[in-house]
Amino acid sequence: MAEPRRPTESGVPDPMPFMHPVMRKNYGHWAWHDRPRPGVLHHVAESGDEIWTVKAGTQRQMDVFTVRALCDIADKYAEGHVRFTVRSNIEFMVSKKDMVDPLIKALNDGGFPVGGTGNSVSMISHTQGWLHCDIPGTDASGVVKSLMDELYEEFINERMPNRVKITTSCCQINCGGQGDIAINIQHTKPPKINHELVSLQCERPAVVARCPVAAIRPAMVNGKPTLEVDEKKCVCCGACFPPCPPMQINDPEHSKLAIWVGGKHSSTRSRPTFHKLVAAGIPNNAPRWPEAAEIVKNILRAYQKDARAWERMGEWIDRVGWPRFFELTGLPFTKYHLETWRGGRASLNASAHLHF
Amino acid sequence: MAKQMPKTPLLDQLETGPWPSFVTGLKRLAKSDKGYADMMKDLLGQLEHSYETRKGYWKGGTVGVFGYGAGVIPRFSEVADKYPESKEFHTIRIMPPAGMHYTTDLLRKLCDIWERHGSGLIAFHGQSGDIMFQGSTTDNIQPAFDELNELGFDLGGAGAGVRTSVSCVGAARCEQSCYDEAKAMRMSLNAMVDDIHRPSLPYKFKMKFAGCANDCANAIHRADMAIIGTWKDDMQVDQKAFQQIVKERGRKEIIDQVIRMCPTEALSLNDDDTLEVDNKSCVRCMHCLNVCTKALKPGKERGAAILVGGKRTLKIGDQMGTVVVPFMKLENDEDYEGLVELARNMLDFFAENALEHERTGEMIERIGLSNFLEGVGLELDLNMIAAPRSNSYVRMDGWDEEVKKWNARSKSAAE
Repeated sequence: MAEPRRPTESGVPDPMPFMHPVMRKNYGHWAWHDRPRPGVLHHVAESGDEIWTVKAGTQRQMDVFTVRALCDIADKYAEGHVRFTVRSNIEFMVSKKDMVDPLIKALNDGGFPVGGTGNSVSMISHTQGWLHCDIPGTDASGVVKSLMDELYEEFINERMPNRVKITTSCCQINCGGQGDIAINIQHTKPPKINHELVSLQCERPAVVARCPVAAIRPAMVNGKPTLEVDEKKCVCCGACFPPCPPMQINDPEHSKLAIWVGGKHSSTRSRPTFHKLVAAGIPNNAPRWPEAAEIVKNILRAYQKDARAWERMGEWIDRVGWPRFFELTGLPFTKYHLETWRGGRASLNASAHLHF
Repeated sequence: MAKQMPKTPLLDQLETGPWPSFVTGLKRLAKSDKGYADMMKDLLGQLEHSYETRKGYWKGGTVGVFGYGAGVIPRFSEVADKYPESKEFHTIRIMPPAGMHYTTDLLRKLCDIWERHGSGLIAFHGQSGDIMFQGSTTDNIQPAFDELNELGFDLGGAGAGVRTSVSCVGAARCEQSCYDEAKAMRMSLNAMVDDIHRPSLPYKFKMKFAGCANDCANAIHRADMAIIGTWKDDMQVDQKAFQQIVKERGRKEIIDQVIRMCPTEALSLNDDDTLEVDNKSCVRCMHCLNVCTKALKPGKERGAAILVGGKRTLKIGDQMGTVVVPFMKLENDEDYEGLVELARNMLDFFAENALEHERTGEMIERIGLSNFLEGVGLELDLNMIAAPRSNSYVRMDGWDEEVKKWNARSKSAAE
């Protein structure tokens, strides 16, 4: 047998050979930018060079025919260069203003929405789901497609108080990350254990150690070493499932969706924040998830109507208070909204500041 | 006889509506005359089955390429008896060019490779920052990687190792960029390829690079080590351009949306519509620069702050990264090498001191920030805290020694 080929450990490729020449030429020497219309950025370099960026939404999971269709548009209308954003939008750069409109038309004709800039609802950052993940409670790609259909007008317009970053996640690991709105799986029942398989598939001490509330312990069932869960302690987080697939956490009925708001990565104005629970118990209703979509739209309407210019979702709520948020959205407030994790008392109102 | 397209009444409902549909793309692959068409038919069948039963049917395993211990995500179907053609559907994680720039020529080459050896399905990009080449058989992984590798691409991270990184568009197109994000990212990651490809850390280690406090790379919460651009001197104000903005938008809008929204009340509008900035109070948050882009810019003494310990819930709860270096000048090669060395020190300290399945933030929570700083060779700084302690239960018999250290440092800084 031939000697296998040894890899070239080349690491992260140099972007310069692939970068639009105007960006390469003015690298590190940009002067200012503005947004002529939703979906278009206009950057001016210190040299006086200008570049227009047209941003379009994609389905993220792309077949090669879609990628080639985008390449055809880039070759014909955008000088053969593109880049992707962290939210899976595609950006086409052009060096002349009069190239912008034909490019937008070509994208729209090809079924790609132009938008996602400024104070819009950008593409939902998400993960793999049932298509490819080994532990998913839902199909993020489907949730995202359904929601983006509903939020299409908010993607192609800039009419929110500030940018809105939405995320979805198919389990509580939360690969989608923090968001102004996050739509995440929330399991509500402990794992169902296949005791026949545990000792064959799982490194039991590692699984015991993985549990954040020490609810898992070794056990013998039918003469076989296995694991058992103290169901009173279990918080149904699903952390045991990845290292031990026979501890099935996903359930067609009891794996629900929960919605969280006010997450923010930027340090712009306020400090970065984690998103907070506002709604749960939402059915994992494939293929269109209408109940989740309705709550998201309801939250967006309240934010759009009530927040001041440049307030992100969490900043708006900080100003008007949580009582006002729940009043405006009509969402029920329950004991499950109270933080119970360590340090949770810090989330209580330790002041005489009250909203009526 | 050719394999039939599966019936997919649930997935079909995801083909309606204005947003581009991934289902339509999957069907294009399944209906094509390519070698992967039957695999994609069964993949659609299995996905429809997931939509019917609301459960996933993939399990992991061990698949890789010669010489590496990570970077391929193996997927074996648990329902292969019903959908045999997609019984193996592995993903290859490939690190994209920093900043995710592509020529169409490059994208077409990537597509061609994935048509030869995979399913024709590619995600640009995964949340890890990788190009996800989704869907290949065990036998096809090596030839697919060989071709990608020959084209200049390398596997990304997975498991308990250094992970693929992300940098914002930064210096390539943004006037707010405070350092060369792509250079910092490539130099750091490419000095750690061994820990990317042969993971043997306590758990994952992620770095992300953002050019300013807007943090378009989502670094502060999603990276063990976040490199976030900032500046040390005064912000740059073009007063004429600012006056023009006031003229265009009106004083009320400027007062409501710029002056009053400054988190540290560092701004004041002068009678002649110029801007007064109290740069000592400014925290470099970016708000006024964002909304007055032509008039306001970062200062000229640029570099980055380094924050460590960001992570999601498992196991002790969410953590944001916190400051461990308030300002690192990033101008010449030596500065960038200093960043790489610091990253290396942090990685080594993490490798030696973290417990199994513990992230950097959890380790610091357990051992305390001062032990971490000592371990990686960093000096204490007031920018590292939101506030000093409020709990008096602490043993302080080393106080005088620490005061001497502080005074000596303050004196040498003043000289």
